[in-house]
Amino acid sequence: MYTRIYFLRFPKETSDQPIIYQLVRRYDIEFNILKADILPQREGIMILELKGLRENVKEALAYLKDLGVNVERLAGKIRRDEDRCFQCGACTGVCPVGALFIRRPDMAVLFDPEKCTGCGLCVPVCPIRAMEVCFDEIVEEALI
Amino acid sequence: MSKFQVNKTYAEINARIRAGEAVVVNAEEMIDIVRRDGPVEAARKVDVVTTGTFSTMCSSGAFLNFGQTTPTIKAARVWINKVPAYAGLAAIDIYLGVTEPAEDDPLNKIYPGEFRYGGGHIIEDLVAGRKVFLEAKAYPTDCYANRKCKKELALADMGHALLCNPRNGYQNYNCAVNMTDRTVYTYMGTLKPHCRNANYCSAGELSPLLNDPYYRTIGLGTRIFLGGGVGYVTWQGSQHNPHAPRSPNGTPRRPAGTIMVQGDLKQMSAHWLRGVSLQGYGCSLAVGLGVPIPILDEEMAYFTGVSDAEIFTQVVDYGHDYTNRVDRNYGEVSYAALRSGEIEVAGKKVPTAPLSSRVKALEIAEILKQWILDRKFELGEPVAQLPTVDYSVDINK
Repeated sequence: MYTRIYFLRFPKETSDQPIIYQLVRRYDIEFNILKADILPQREGIMILELKGLRENVKEALAYLKDLGVNVERLAGKIRRDEDRCFQCGACTGVCPVGALFIRRPDMAVLFDPEKCTGCGLCVPVCPIRAMEVCFDEIVEEALI
Repeated sequence: MSKFQVNKTYAEINARIRAGEAVVVNAEEMIDIVRRDGPVEAARKVDVVTTGTFSTMCSSGAFLNFGQTTPTIKAARVWINKVPAYAGLAAIDIYLGVTEPAEDDPLNKIYPGEFRYGGGHIIEDLVAGRKVFLEAKAYPTDCYANRKCKKELALADMGHALLCNPRNGYQNYNCAVNMTDRTVYTYMGTLKPHCRNANYCSAGELSPLLNDPYYRTIGLGTRIFLGGGVGYVTWQGSQHNPHAPRSPNGTPRRPAGTIMVQGDLKQMSAHWLRGVSLQGYGCSLAVGLGVPIPILDEEMAYFTGVSDAEIFTQVVDYGHDYTNRVDRNYGEVSYAALRSGEIEVAGKKVPTAPLSSRVKALEIAEILKQWILDRKFELGEPVAQLPTVDYSVDINK
């Protein structure tokens, strides 16, 4: 099984269509909506985990792109500023999916962007603000 | 007649450092040496054990002398980048505390507040070489006629800049949980309701005062690594309490000793002094601190051989008990258990997270070791001891 987390941006025109339903029906994709902000007649965003056969996921993504949905890997939108991070470990207490975790026994604090679901809990918890989740601005813009 | 089999003096160890013959190990390496060879042999072999810790230390700040204006000024109120500094000293001397937020900070009005910028961030900006904006107000006198001044300045423009931290390097600290039914935002981090996480904040076996539990060698005049430069222990820290309950190995099981430290800010680096923002609590400064411990005899070898499995702390509720000064704990846990990522509190498994950087603590101990091996750093012999307690420890156990 192939599992990846994507950041989708829906243009205004698509916000009233049952797109996710089509992913299931046409491509046999298992989906998990991690975050969604979709309002009628406005641009919407969604963080979506897709699980399925690799070719099915590929075709599903092509289908989304055809509809004008902007698709990006979520892992590319979350960043840790490695220079600023001093590996205290405070973030590991709030990360719900273990994307921020401690390697033992040396207690290095590591970040695996592939596991990150973009919840953003780590951002304010980090004492030196080393975590950057860059879709927040887009969400804010979408809501204005 | 000494009660020890191995007896070394500071002068002898310093002579060995100067000759390039000193044997220096970090506190983690010392654990295995003492375990393998016993304290007497370890004391014969090792001259200095280096320790380190890197974490938020709120009782910190800097004395700054910001340079005179023409006409002269006796500053009464001073702000740096909108952060108030204390100016009730001589004309242009100020003290900038690290937990002071910017004057226009919304604090906790939008709860939990972010506290993005404060005194600690200014100290980081200064040591990073960035310019800051200083404003001062004053009442005029015959010798100091100026009423106000505004200037942009860098650390290099200041005549004198002294990092002066009244309480650093806490010897042990609480493990924090939250037993209430709402999330709390504390200086011990974000604590989920119903004890769903536990935060702790000590370098444990690498921590300076846990390697010298009765302050035999850490005293007034001890030369240390401070913020990337060389500093000194200048007094016991505020709240220093040698009377905390202790384990048979001498380590306290509660927050106990503390040190006051100071050093020339101009020597320090933004790598080891970092402004921090603790959500819902405030701003502060993360301080890198390292203390070399001379192995004067087998007892000091024994003390520095302590490991996380032998250091314990109490689990305290920060949702209700801490704020209301309820003297209660939810059991004791070892630092080995805390480091494993899970402890048991009241029969329930609770995940743990550290707030003190183990990686950086070890890096500091290694830097200090290298300074000594490179003959750039000699030990400072304390001119007075910190307050301590009578003790007897069986080092053969």
